[in-house]
Amino acid sequence: MADLAPGGDEYAQFRTTFFEECTELLADLEQRLDQMQSNVAQAEELNAVFRAVHSIKAGAGAFKFIRLVEFCHSFEAVLDKLRSGRIAQDDRISAVLVRASDVLAALVEAAQANRTVAEGFGADVAEELQMILNEAGDAIAASPALFAGGQGPNADALKLARRTFQIKFKPHAELFRHANEPLLLVRELKQLGEVVAECDISRLPALPSLDPDDAYLSWTFRVVTDCTRSVVADVFEFVNEDCDLEIEALSESTGGSQATAATAHDRAASTAGASMEPAQAELAESKRPVGGSSIRVDLARIDRLVNMVGELVITQAMLAERISDQSGGQGHQLIQGQEDLALHTRELQECVMAIRMQPVKSVFARMPRMVREIAAKLNKKVRLITSGEQTEVDKTVIEELADPLTHMIRNSVDHGIEDPATRRANGKSEEGTIELSAVHRGGNILIQVTDDGAGIDRGRLLKKAIDRGLIASAANPTDEEIDNLIFAAGLSTAEQVTDVSGRGVGMDVVRRNISDLGGRIQVQSIAGKGTRFTLILPLTLAVLDGMLVAVGKEKYILPLTSILESIRPERNQVRALAGGGEVVSIRGEFIRLIYLYRIFDVPGAITEPWAGLIVLVETDSGAKVGIVVDELIGQQQVVIKSLQTNFDRVAGISGATILGNGKVALILDLDQLFGLTERSAPQANGRIGRESSTPPLVETEAAAPDC
Amino acid sequence: MSASSAKLDHDGKAAASDATQQFISFRLGDEEYAIDIMAVREIKGWTSTTTLPNQPEFILGVLNLRGTIVPIFDLRCRFGMGLTNATTTHVVIIVSVLDRIMGLLVDAVSDILTINRNEIQAVPEMDRTVSAEFLSGIITVKDSMVVLLSLENLFNRETVAGAEAAAA
Repeated sequence: MADLAPGGDEYAQFRTTFFEECTELLADLEQRLDQMQSNVAQAEELNAVFRAVHSIKAGAGAFKFIRLVEFCHSFEAVLDKLRSGRIAQDDRISAVLVRASDVLAALVEAAQANRTVAEGFGADVAEELQMILNEAGDAIAASPALFAGGQGPNADALKLARRTFQIKFKPHAELFRHANEPLLLVRELKQLGEVVAECDISRLPALPSLDPDDAYLSWTFRVVTDCTRSVVADVFEFVNEDCDLEIEALSESTGGSQATAATAHDRAASTAGASMEPAQAELAESKRPVGGSSIRVDLARIDRLVNMVGELVITQAMLAERISDQSGGQGHQLIQGQEDLALHTRELQECVMAIRMQPVKSVFARMPRMVREIAAKLNKKVRLITSGEQTEVDKTVIEELADPLTHMIRNSVDHGIEDPATRRANGKSEEGTIELSAVHRGGNILIQVTDDGAGIDRGRLLKKAIDRGLIASAANPTDEEIDNLIFAAGLSTAEQVTDVSGRGVGMDVVRRNISDLGGRIQVQSIAGKGTRFTLILPLTLAVLDGMLVAVGKEKYILPLTSILESIRPERNQVRALAGGGEVVSIRGEFIRLIYLYRIFDVPGAITEPWAGLIVLVETDSGAKVGIVVDELIGQQQVVIKSLQTNFDRVAGISGATILGNGKVALILDLDQLFGLTERSAPQANGRIGRESSTPPLVETEAAAPDC
Repeated sequence: MSASSAKLDHDGKAAASDATQQFISFRLGDEEYAIDIMAVREIKGWTSTTTLPNQPEFILGVLNLRGTIVPIFDLRCRFGMGLTNATTTHVVIIVSVLDRIMGLLVDAVSDILTINRNEIQAVPEMDRTVSAEFLSGIITVKDSMVVLLSLENLFNRETVAGAEAAAA
C-alpha cells in the first residue's frame, strides 16, 4: 500500500493531479502573499499560506521530489513561526516570502518537466529563510512544534504531560488520488513521539479481485507524546476529508486488544462484498458538505459539451426554419413547441457557456509581483490597483489574455510611469499608480490599464514613424492617429533598449493577440497625465453576435461589435479617387469603401453602393471603413467553427459558422479585409496570411503571401 | 505507396490479409482511379458548397458535415481536366488525410478492389509534372487500367502550393 511504485498509469495520473493542484496552490499562495505585502496577515491567511506550502510539500514527498520537499520545509518552518507569533511579520520577511514562492514555483515547474534544477538555485532564498529562523532563536525544527492555530478549537495550546492518543485512521481511495501517502503521515506522527501502529488488513481481497486504485487498509496508531490533541490532529489536517479518522485520548493502561476490537467492529458490516464498500463509503462521503460545492472536471469534457450544445443550437435553428416554411399558418402547436425548444436551447447554451466562465482573478493575480519586480529593476515606485477581479470570462479567453496583459502592464511601468525624480519635478507624487480593472459591458468584457504617467510623447512617436517610413513626412495626423502608431510594428518610444522593453516588439503583437481573440484595443493619452489602454473582448470564443449580409448569392457574417451603422448613400456621396480607391462622404467624413464582391470575386453582386448598402465598421486600429454589400439579412448569434481544422487560413476570413439551413457561412475578419485592399500599398501588411501557429508575443516578420 | 501500406500493417485491422490491400475505385470522366480504403470516411451525394474566396479553382468551397466544416476538392479540376459540372448524381468521397477531413468530388464510385500487393506496378518514369507526384501505382482490373492515388502526396501542403502556383 505504501508503495506507490513509479510506472503505471495510476502513478502518472496521481502525478498529473499533483501538479494541477500545485498550480492552483501556487496561484493562491502568490495572491495571499501579495496581500501580505501591504497588510499584516491575519492568522487565517497565514494558515492558508501555510497549508498551501504544506500541501505541496506533502505531495512532493510522495513523489520524491527531494529539492522541492527541502525547500518547502524551510519555507513552511518560517510560516509556522509567523503564525505562532514567534516572529513578527515585517517588510523584509514579506519580501523573502514572495521570493520564496517564486523559487517554489520554479521548482515545481522543474519537477513537472522532469528537469533537474541547477545546484545553487534558490540557495540564497533558502539561506534568508534560514536566517529568519535563526534570528527567531532556533534552527529548522523538524517537528511542527506547538502553535496556537488561531482557529477556535485548536487554540488549546496548553502543554500537557505525556499522554497517549489512539488514532483510528482509515484512508479512502480519494486520499491516494489526492497524492497523499499514509507512510508520510506515519513518519510525521513519529516525530511527535513514540508510535505503535497496527495495520488492519481484513478488507484486503484476494489478489485477482484487488483494485489497485482502491484503499483497503486501515490503521490504528497509538502515539505517546507530550503534544496536545490538536497537534496530533494537525498531522492529518490535509487528509481529513479523505479518511475516517478518530482520535481518542487514552490512559497509559489501555491495551491494544481493545483497539483492534473496535476496529474489527467498525468493519463488521462490510465483510460481505469488500469491493462494494468503498463505493458506498464514497457516497456517504459525498453527502457531507465538502468545503465549497465545486467539482473538478477535465476541460476536454466541457469542450465536448460546449461543442454538442453548439450543434444543438444549429439543429434547432434548422428545425425552426423548416417548420415555419412548411406549416404555413397551420400547426399552431408545432410552432409553439418549436418556440419553447428555441428558448430552452438558448438557456441550455448559456448554462453550458457559464461552466467555462472563470474570474479574471487568475490573470490579474500574476500582475502585482511583476510590477514590483520591474519597478525595482527600473528604480521606480509603482503601485498597482486592481479592481473587478471577479469579472468572469470564458476560460479560453483567460488563457489568451495573460500574455497581452503582461505586456501592457510591463509597458506601463517602463514607458508610462516616470522615475521618481521626474515625477516630483512635475508635481506628482513619487509613487506612480497603475490601475487594472475589469467590467462587463454588454456582451463584452472591458479591461482597462490606466497609468498616471507621462502620457504618449506624440512628437517623438511621430518622428520615429516618419523615420521608419510608416507614415509620410508631410502627413498631418490627428492626436488619435499618432497614439495609434504605438500599435505599429517596430516602433518603440523608449530611449534606450532595456531588458524590460524597448525593442518595438510589443504593442503590435498585443493588438494582434487581442484581435485574434475577436477583441479590440484602444488607447487614450493625455500628455503629462497618463495613458489608458482599453481592451474590449468577447466573453467567449465559442459564439459570436453577428450580422448576416448577402453579397451576390454568398452570405457572410460581420462581427456585430465592429458595426457602427449601415446606410444607403446617395449617388453623389460616393467619389472615386485617383489611384483606384473610392470614398463615401458621411456627415462630412470621408470613409474608404471596400467592395466585398471585388476582393472575394463574387459574381452577380450589386456593384453600386447606392443600389445596395454600406455597412460602416470600425477596425482595430480605429479606422472607419465602409463595406459594400447587397443587403442585410439579419442579426444572429453564431457558433464559431474553425476553418483551419481541415483547411488553411483564408485571407479575410476569421472562421465559419453553420446557418439554420445547414449551409456554411464565412465570418469576416475586418482587419484583414482592410489589409487585403491595401495589398498594393508600399508597406506590406504582415497581418495577412499570418500563421495561427505563431506563438503569442513572438514576432515573426512573415512575408505576406499572395492571396 | 510505402506510407499507406505501412499504415495498414501497423493497424493490422485491414480486412485484407498482409499480402493484399483494399482500395475504393472511382471514375473521373473515362478514367478509373483508386484510393486506399482506410482513408475513406464516408461517401455522399453532391450538395452545393459555400465558396471560399481567392482559392485555386479546384477548391470548390466548404460544406457542413454534421457540424464539421469540410473543404471539397474537385479532383477532375485538380488533375487539369477542367471543372466538374457537379449535379446531384456526382459523388463526394469524404477522406481523412494527414489529420484533416476533406471531400473529393468525383463522377461516380465504382468498386471496392482487393489487390495483391505484387500486382501493383510502379508508375513509369515520365516527364515529372506536378500531378505525377501523387500517382502511387497502376493496377490492371478486368483488362482496364486503374491508377492508384497517394492522398498524402495529393494533399501535402507543398504539392497544393505547387498546384496553386501552376494555376496562377
